[in-house]
Amino acid sequence: MARLLDVKEYKVYYQTLKGQIRAVDGVNFFVNADEVFGVAGESGCGKSTLGNSLIYLKAPMRYAGGNVILDGMEISRLPDEIMKKMRFEKISIIPQFAMDAMSPTKKIKNIVVDLVREHDKKMSEKDIIDLAIKRFKMVGLSENVMNMYSIELSGGMKQRVVMVISTLLNPRLLIADEITSALDVSSQKFSVEMLDEFKEKKFVSSVIFITHDISVLYQIADRIMIMYAGHVVEIGNTEDIVSKPLHPYTKLLISSLPKMGVQFSQNRLTGIPGYPPNLLNPPTGCRFYDRCPLRIDPQKCKNEIPPLVEYMPGRYIACWAYTKGNDKNG
Amino acid sequence: MKKYLTRKIIIYLITFFIAASLDWAIPRLMPGNPVSLIVSRFAQASSGSASQASLVTKQMFDYFMQAFQLNIPWWEQYALFWRNIFTGNLGISMYLYPEPVINIILSAVPYDILFLLPSILLSFWVGNRIGAWAARSKKADNILLPTFYILTSVPYFWLGILLVWIFGTLLRVLPMSGAFSYSMTPSFTFAFIFDYLKHWILPFLSLFIVSLGGWAIGMRNMIIYELESNYSRYMGSLGASQRLIRKYSYRNAILPQVTGLALQLGTIVAGAITTEIVFSYPGIGYILFEGIMNKDYPLIQGCFLFIIVGVLLANFVIDILYMFIDPRVRIAYTEG
Repeated sequence: MARLLDVKEYKVYYQTLKGQIRAVDGVNFFVNADEVFGVAGESGCGKSTLGNSLIYLKAPMRYAGGNVILDGMEISRLPDEIMKKMRFEKISIIPQFAMDAMSPTKKIKNIVVDLVREHDKKMSEKDIIDLAIKRFKMVGLSENVMNMYSIELSGGMKQRVVMVISTLLNPRLLIADEITSALDVSSQKFSVEMLDEFKEKKFVSSVIFITHDISVLYQIADRIMIMYAGHVVEIGNTEDIVSKPLHPYTKLLISSLPKMGVQFSQNRLTGIPGYPPNLLNPPTGCRFYDRCPLRIDPQKCKNEIPPLVEYMPGRYIACWAYTKGNDKNG
Repeated sequence: MKKYLTRKIIIYLITFFIAASLDWAIPRLMPGNPVSLIVSRFAQASSGSASQASLVTKQMFDYFMQAFQLNIPWWEQYALFWRNIFTGNLGISMYLYPEPVINIILSAVPYDILFLLPSILLSFWVGNRIGAWAARSKKADNILLPTFYILTSVPYFWLGILLVWIFGTLLRVLPMSGAFSYSMTPSFTFAFIFDYLKHWILPFLSLFIVSLGGWAIGMRNMIIYELESNYSRYMGSLGASQRLIRKYSYRNAILPQVTGLALQLGTIVAGAITTEIVFSYPGIGYILFEGIMNKDYPLIQGCFLFIIVGVLLANFVIDILYMFIDPRVRIAYTEG
């Protein structure tokens, strides 16, 4: 299967007065063409930073190392003038803040036309509007939306408008950042179905679906990557990750989800005790060490960062418990 | 639209009532009696025996008290004040007796409009432009921001005096006071207009320069805030140029500035008083100052009434303008 995106040892830090916050600290993964790649983890694990930095690395975010190869082209350190062309045409994003992603004083029509014109000066205003209206109808919005301001739309409508705008130029890779988080359950379902339809109609090829909600990923993702404190802990097929989690963090994460048919009174929901480490000054070893119930080799776990290894075909894990007997990686 | 206008008009009527009532009360709360001032001036001028003088003074005092209707109870004076407003009668000036107040004000208004309007609007426009420029250039910002802060903290009259000193005393290129030379009579001749402009430039500059700093600082801060907003980031993520993002942020940043303009119009009128005094420029501010110095009740009332109406009208125009420039205001009042 062809790889659309290949990310190697990628690091993005936040520059603050106190020092560097290592939000994304050496992640390795790839996204195949025509797949939905889920990224999950708790708040502050670096998943949104990762998504945003891939498309628009803006201060206080700072590139700190590694490679990002999109469609065979290294894009992590491109000059802004060239990267500008890539955005929206090759790689696009539905931001976490879709609720205020549009200027309140401009009509949707003007926003759409202005944004597309930045990339395609030859396309006439009418063609742009016609295209947008066609897509709006697909997500159940009437063409009147074009003449409205974002403030006149409901939350679910804004989400759909942003979804249409972001995919208007048929980007190869779409980063969907927490697109279901601000919505009610029925709108969540609708958004996910729309994303599926857009993929089927080839408006987008692959999707990086960032969320903290594994149950949503279970419905849509082909593969899932679990992040913890700026590191990748596990990557695998959705079915494997959910039914047979291997990494102690993934295990705890999956087991903390509510199960169908189990009553609250019978089985209290449990969280993972403890807190994620401070990324301003992260621990030298495994970042999950403090909360880990396993600690297979306490000395090694505490002092050495476990590498991400292919434990089984297509199954990647970063944990000292799964590197034994795998000397070429360990 | 109708709901918005009705609401605004009611608010403005209430404001006008309160402001005009204060306008009536404040001169009367000043210590001293204006008629005594006039009479004492006559007494100094006339000669004759002491007893004769005191009799004349007494008669004159009673006459003027009657003429200016100051001998009736205060509530009647207040009622009369409102009746006069509705009949367009602003009374007779005490200080420039027997000139009607309305004539004095009308002769001053053209100077005010030609001097205030260009300086307010031009400084608003230029200030916003420079501020927006400072917001996007770190280098320019390092020089411009301190300059703006100095400009905006400078008192109008101080800058006025400084300009008079430089251009009037040191360089001797521009006249120091008045709206035109004493040898001229107002007319539409080239010579007069040139002379007028020469007198106009310094008061204009002093107001223009001082207001400029405030607008620029406001705009700079607003643009920086807007450039950090989510819609700017989204546009950047979709590959929009800085030029387009700045265009969008300017559109949003100008809105609070327009509100500021409405508020500033009121204080600008007060600021113009000091400027006009420095340059002896015959606008409303200068006349008001003369009126206050001479306790000229009708003149003070007339000037203040004019300022009140001016400020309210300017605010009203901007409220209407807001309907067109901010869709949020328009939508809030057109729906439901």
